[in-house]
Amino acid sequence: MIARIQVPATAKRGEVISIRVAIQHPMETGFRFDVNGRAVPKNVINSLIVRYNDAEIFRAEMGSGVAANPSLQFFTLARDSGELVFQWVDDAGQRGEERVQLAVTGP
Amino acid sequence: MPNRRNFLAWCAGVWGMSAGLARAQADPLAALVRDLTGGARLSAGRVSIDTPRLADNGHSVPLKVSVDNPMTAANHVRSITLLSPRNPRPLIAKFVLGPHAGRAEVSTRVRLNGSQIVLAIAELSDGSFWSGSAEVEVTESACLDAG
Repeated sequence: MIARIQVPATAKRGEVISIRVAIQHPMETGFRFDVNGRAVPKNVINSLIVRYNDAEIFRAEMGSGVAANPSLQFFTLARDSGELVFQWVDDAGQRGEERVQLAVTGP
Repeated sequence: MPNRRNFLAWCAGVWGMSAGLARAQADPLAALVRDLTGGARLSAGRVSIDTPRLADNGHSVPLKVSVDNPMTAANHVRSITLLSPRNPRPLIAKFVLGPHAGRAEVSTRVRLNGSQIVLAIAELSDGSFWSGSAEVEVTESACLDAG
């Protein structure tokens, strides 16, 4: 699963930063049929967890109502320099992980 | 023995049932909302959904939900849930936030099965629930190829 994650490289301490995540995934609803008429089983990314220096800052529990190639934008408070870890899993059990470094400046 | 009293009682019963049915049809999300809030009061306000009034394609409708509430340790938004009254699975997504989010706002893209009023419910740290909604007109439904 290819993912694109946008986090500013640097931020001032106390600044609210925007985080964008886009993951390549069909988000199969389970209501679709393939060319042979067989039902395509439901397979969506059901959970995405984001941790910032090991503390959970965002979690998305998704269903088939989220569009294919799910994209999310949310915010977090820049506290300390460190690592953001993005982990997700789909109904088929396939997992994905991305790590991004964030440098926080200022007092 | 059939008499007028029995007949009237029967009529009242039928009327009650049909009223109940009508209510269930009018709000398909009622049971889900009750599960979500655990029976707590759901107040309207504070939550706003920003989405195009007219969506050409129901497969991917941009949607931004924000809650007018500070994000401090003492008073913050715990979660935001998106619900669709017309999708085969009404629960679109649940976003779990916390005081460290800085801003109670999430944007994503959703699938919508036809024109409807999308509902968002926010749970605050004090245990109160707030809701907001947006009407979206969908030209091409997301479920055309289903069935």
